[in-house]
Amino acid sequence: MTAALRNVAAIVEKEWRHYFGSPIAYVALFVWTLLFGIFFYFAFSFFLQQSMRGGPEAQFGPKLSLNEWLIRPVFHNMAVVALFIAPMLTMRLFAEEKRQGTIELLATSPISDLQIVLGKFLAAVGLYALMILTGLVNLVLVWSYATVKPEWKPVATGALSLLLLGSCFIALGLFVSTLTRNQIVAGILSFCLFLGIWTLGWADDPMAGPALKVVAYLGLTTHMEEMVKGVVDLKDLVYYLSFIVFGLFIAQLSVESQRWRA
Amino acid sequence: MIEVENLTKQYGRTTAVDDISFRVNKGEILGFLGPNGAGKTTTMRILTCYLPPTEGTARVAGFDVFEDPMEVKRRVGYIPESPPLYIDMNVETFLHFVAKIKGVAPASRKARVDEAMEKCRVSDVRDTLIGKLSKGYRQRVGLAQAILHNPEVLILDEPTAGLDPKQIIETRELIRALGGDHTIILSTHILPEVSMTCGRVVIINKGKVVAEDTPDNLTHRLKGAAMLRLEVRGEPGTVSDTLRAVPGVLSLREVREGNRGSVTLEVEAEAGKDLRAELARAVLGAGFDLLGLAQAGMSLEDIFLHLTTSDAATEPAAAVAPAAQAQA
Repeated sequence: MTAALRNVAAIVEKEWRHYFGSPIAYVALFVWTLLFGIFFYFAFSFFLQQSMRGGPEAQFGPKLSLNEWLIRPVFHNMAVVALFIAPMLTMRLFAEEKRQGTIELLATSPISDLQIVLGKFLAAVGLYALMILTGLVNLVLVWSYATVKPEWKPVATGALSLLLLGSCFIALGLFVSTLTRNQIVAGILSFCLFLGIWTLGWADDPMAGPALKVVAYLGLTTHMEEMVKGVVDLKDLVYYLSFIVFGLFIAQLSVESQRWRA
Repeated sequence: MIEVENLTKQYGRTTAVDDISFRVNKGEILGFLGPNGAGKTTTMRILTCYLPPTEGTARVAGFDVFEDPMEVKRRVGYIPESPPLYIDMNVETFLHFVAKIKGVAPASRKARVDEAMEKCRVSDVRDTLIGKLSKGYRQRVGLAQAILHNPEVLILDEPTAGLDPKQIIETRELIRALGGDHTIILSTHILPEVSMTCGRVVIINKGKVVAEDTPDNLTHRLKGAAMLRLEVRGEPGTVSDTLRAVPGVLSLREVREGNRGSVTLEVEAEAGKDLRAELARAVLGAGFDLLGLAQAGMSLEDIFLHLTTSDAATEPAAAVAPAAQAQA
């Protein structure tokens, strides 16, 4: 068991070296934090406007919630950004190994396909988690200056939902990367696939019939709603986790089967 | 140490490896010789568990490549045709990574990496990015990668391809030094390479083993026959007929018609016969001018052609390789 963990750790370390030895990690972090900052700024401005407009009455009425007016919209926007950035993190993971022929080194070493897939997945998720954390720095400002502090629980669950959503993208993108030796093809294909699954969520409508409800359930964003509000529902967790497991499973299957078909 | 029995590999409808069997004993260096596309790489990929065989079995260090791939992988060091290197890592980092996934114990990892770098003479570039290394250095890093976990078996797919003559000699010396401790299979399409490094040779063509012997025996048997190249002034058709009549001539081929009525011919002589004098006499006797007569080298491709197309396929006695000899 420890040997298995060592192998996974070795792959994670190697992938991080690739990420940070190339511009990928820096570009991803830069774009993410920049957009996080921009969305944060706009949401904040809008929040201030709304508070002003409330006028003196608002001082006596219920205060506008920072969670609802500031943090939640930012998280929703960042989910869209994740849709764009995730293919960037995953497209080279297997495609590059195949193009360079290094897949032959991995395949002839005493390390299982599952360990390789897991290592690569965790490496990408690790980088993505780092991106989320750097984005959250913006929220520290809110905490230090707001007279009424926002609740931290919806922030935590919102970040968790962002992490889970991104992990789904990464698991699926990992699979797509096993299909080709061309990074660009893998990237574009992943993006289209992510977008397709994303739009399934648009079927979510109170008037929708049972068939549309099923379609909506399969959508990625449907399961973010409650979590961003601070409610962790088991069915959402199950959805995300099974999505990830499924993605990793077909990725491993694909790596394995390519040797048989070669 | 390595037992290959009735191994067959098919890619769709094409058969890359067709029912081959051979054995390699402990400490032996086996040369795996064949033209491009003969099935060398496929066989090596099966032995390293990269590809599953379609039929037959292969056992490495007592473990079946199909049943116990992990045990086999632990005991095999492998360099594919183009060394698998991460070009954005430096040499030492790369080797440390390989040591980890090859299961070298953490305590001895540094020592093993240092030793491999020392043996393959890459210590001086340990901090250089692999992408910036020359072809020769990359090949050596590839070799260091293969011997890192001190494997019982080394499988080297054309380890000298693309190197300059000095590097080729160094690499051969290194491989020879590694023999004894390690059992080695080495593939190549260069004949002298085999005679210099290997204890035994398996020649493979179109997926089949066409000959298996020690390099000495093989070259002795190959030396027997001779290929002669003549340049004669005269009417091509008559010249050919004249030469064909000389006893001992197996086959004859007009290479090209030169200017001023001369013709160049290639004559394949029977094994062990030197026909130079007879041929010269025949040409002059028929009233033609003999402009040139030389022993032409039979290229490896000729040998394979010979081994696989003639009836002598099982007995490579009629082939020769003086050119290859001269190279060596």
